[in-house]
Amino acid sequence: MTRSRHVGTERPRPDAADKLAGKAHYIHDIAVQGMLYGRIRFSDHAHARIARIDTSLAESVPGVRAVITGQTTPEIRFGLLRDNVALKKDRVRQFRDEVAAVAATSPEAAARAVELIEVEYEPLPAVFTPDEALAEGAALVHETDHAGRSRSSNLLPLSCRHLTGDIAAATAASRYIVEGTYTVPRIQQACMGTSGCLAEFSPEGNLTITAKTQIPFLAQRDFNRALEALGLTNRNSRVIVPAIGGAFGTGLDTHAYEFIAILLAWKTGRPVKIVYDRREEFSCLSPRQEARIRVCQGCDDRGRLTFRDVEVIQDNGAYTSWGATYPNVMLVTATSLYRVPAVRFDSRIVYTNNTYCQAMRGYGNPEVTWAIESNLDELAAAAGMDPIAMRLLNANEPGDLSPMGLKFDSCALRECLDAVATSLRTSSSPPAGQTRVRGTGMAGLINVGGGGKIYRSDGSGIILKLDDYGNVNVAYGGVEMGQGLHSALTIMVADALGVRPERVFINQTDTATCPWDVGTHASRGAFMAGNAAVLAATKLRERLFALAERVYADEVERNIARIGQSERIEAFDFRAARAADFDLRDGYLAPRQAPDEAWYRIELGRLLRAAHFAERDPAIFTEEAFYEPPTQLPDWERGYGNMSASYGFGAQGVEVEVDTETGEVRILRLVAVSDIGRVLNPATLKGQMYGGIAQGVGYALFEEVQTERGRILNPGFTDYKVASAADLDFPIELRFVETNDPHGPFGAKGAGELALAPTAPAIANAIYNAVGVRVRDLPITPEKVLRALSETSRR
Amino acid sequence: MRIPVRFELNGHAVEVEVAPDRTLLDLLRDTMGETGTKEGCREGECGACTVVVDGRAVNSCLFPAPEIDGTRVLTIEGLSCDHGRLSRVQQAFLDASGTQCGFCTPGMVMTAVAFLAENPAPMDTEIREALTGNLCRCTGYVQIVEAIQLAARRSRDPQA
Ligand code: FES
Ligand code: FES
Repeated sequence: MTRSRHVGTERPRPDAADKLAGKAHYIHDIAVQGMLYGRIRFSDHAHARIARIDTSLAESVPGVRAVITGQTTPEIRFGLLRDNVALKKDRVRQFRDEVAAVAATSPEAAARAVELIEVEYEPLPAVFTPDEALAEGAALVHETDHAGRSRSSNLLPLSCRHLTGDIAAATAASRYIVEGTYTVPRIQQACMGTSGCLAEFSPEGNLTITAKTQIPFLAQRDFNRALEALGLTNRNSRVIVPAIGGAFGTGLDTHAYEFIAILLAWKTGRPVKIVYDRREEFSCLSPRQEARIRVCQGCDDRGRLTFRDVEVIQDNGAYTSWGATYPNVMLVTATSLYRVPAVRFDSRIVYTNNTYCQAMRGYGNPEVTWAIESNLDELAAAAGMDPIAMRLLNANEPGDLSPMGLKFDSCALRECLDAVATSLRTSSSPPAGQTRVRGTGMAGLINVGGGGKIYRSDGSGIILKLDDYGNVNVAYGGVEMGQGLHSALTIMVADALGVRPERVFINQTDTATCPWDVGTHASRGAFMAGNAAVLAATKLRERLFALAERVYADEVERNIARIGQSERIEAFDFRAARAADFDLRDGYLAPRQAPDEAWYRIELGRLLRAAHFAERDPAIFTEEAFYEPPTQLPDWERGYGNMSASYGFGAQGVEVEVDTETGEVRILRLVAVSDIGRVLNPATLKGQMYGGIAQGVGYALFEEVQTERGRILNPGFTDYKVASAADLDFPIELRFVETNDPHGPFGAKGAGELALAPTAPAIANAIYNAVGVRVRDLPITPEKVLRALSETSRR
Repeated sequence: MRIPVRFELNGHAVEVEVAPDRTLLDLLRDTMGETGTKEGCREGECGACTVVVDGRAVNSCLFPAPEIDGTRVLTIEGLSCDHGRLSRVQQAFLDASGTQCGFCTPGMVMTAVAFLAENPAPMDTEIREALTGNLCRCTGYVQIVEAIQLAARRSRDPQA
């Protein structure tokens, strides 16, 4: 039934015009009558006991309506392990810990008041690296867990491991073995629109919160728990999602600032908005995890992989977000990128007094791909093999069942690798000076492309509501944050139902009106929304065609009366038309055998009005569907389970020029070839790829949240470099190997995250190819390249 | 103390009083309620707040509000033509998919408007140079550069 008229065509995104006109409303732009401005006082220590908080000066600032602390408000506990509280009562564990908050009638008054809060601390010993945190006698970041049970180590109680085959035997049987340790820094999502929310209570104690979130329904659950903590039992939170100025994973958890806005709104009885400024965004919003990954891989004399051993240690920071489950996603690549007969994976996540970390686009995959694809190049070098040939030799194939139990119903990794290799072979001009050396490198990738089950439901609901005019209003609980979900969903609804995309309108995401969705992450938005849309549209079509059996003949008579019947096709007896005879296309119902004859066609709105105003059995048309993908929640202890319905693949190649005098690395060109199933909208898909690559280049070459004993040193764009247009002045060639995934809507697989996974290792491999040095520590700064060059020359 | 200023905003005369420590961005967003211009950093580093003052693209977050007196200011709200139709540059961004989350977009568009007025037939590299003060975390800039080229082509040949 999935005919496509609009899928695969280039169409402007439905959300673009508002954004271009300055009419999209982000949290920054929303104001309501009587609204107060909230502001948070953050900790001045990485680890300390709070001895005393004096709020009296702050309270006397004109315009201040409330000053709250952990001592004066009920405790609201949150986080994946419920180890965080909205306002810290007696202890701070990181520099950004929230110790007090203010609500005032102006942002200026709130800012002044927050400064005047006096806090006395008694500093405690702190730990800033996983090694320090795991050392004998290390200070405990948490002495008890959320339930008050005492803890004896800084290791998080989250395990994720895997073992297939006999690593020792495989090691013994390998001809070449290479081991290396690869590190990745904390980086900031750096959304251009900072974080914020607006919380408001009804007199009955129900909460409405406009929140920059990717998980409106899981957030609703968290906020409802907060209401209970406030003694508001049997009340509800309604979560509304405004226009989002980029999210990249920052919306996968609920945040202390949201609970603080709730506390302030509850306390003052007024709407309270909290919006982070850029400094707060950099220093008080959780970045991507820092991690150290040890990889050891072996191959036989022909270059076939014999085993892979991966060990991850991740710096969690002081509290636990969903981002602590990165290893769950790392497992996909660790066990299943290329065919590997024996795999061991182990992960440890460690509390420290650093800023706590959270999800970012790719969710563990860029980290682990960096390590594995760098190491694979080293293995190829050790074996004296062409790294491209080694990858091709070990490429996954359609139909494979990987060691983790992942099923590859569609897979074009080989074609992607091949295409990248071909593109890299085309020669380029010689380098400009004598100190500049050129080289090429590549890396492959796998990424979940059909959801990623790490929660007990990975489903998505949808409601399609037809009105009397043939418009389709779509209520979908996923979040448009710039990635193009609404664009993909619009064309899929249009094609699945048989209407024009201009007739499809997507509702604002709102837990009160949209059906449940687990969240917009794991590249799942378009895949889930499309599958749900196809289910609901199929039901709608069946109902519409059944209705047409009743009213069609009369409507055709009306057509004939209007247009005449000179050219009537007698072959089709419209009086005897059955449901199975009909099709809906471009918003017209017509018999399949004569789709274009004007008198046989009934405009959808007319059909709907005929049903609505019928004397017998009047009806209106709304259908809902809930799509739960055919996946498994993996057993993390065994690291086994088919967590996604389909998998995306791809490869990237780069040509770089390394300046051996300055260590500077310039990218000359980049090619990315991807298998993301069918292409839904080429324009938005390319946008996802270009944007992901830009983030990948930043990750590879310059992005890093710098810290000193837990304090963030570069909380602004001046010192935290985000790639500018001039930094990315090199050609990017994008290609898609279109597979038709059996589980994907219209054959499509998820595409949001895969672009940045292989960029960093491809660049590192190209640097090695150019100058023979291997940097294993991101970002690859000129200093690191120079250091590596001087170490090699000394050897 | 408040200072009276008179200026032209998107073709209309405006007379308001501003506090000396306020910026043009505050004036536009808070006083005038024109929220199309975005605040991304308040430090002159991101370009989300770009507006055009007397033909020049400026970071409104650094522009002291009192100094707006006697100038002509163009913001994203002033670009759209009659009946809210998109202007040439906006339409080119729409057609070339130059916006994703959209937060950088008003600033990008205003930078493009001022730039194209100076350089109606630019090279890609010149566009990239002109955009260095406008950060975008979503697009990787490729389609933004394409959009600006498209707008440039259409100003020479409306059929492009
Ligand atoms: S807000 Fe003005 S440059 Fe960022
Ligand atoms: S479109 Fe999101 S920051 Fe540019």
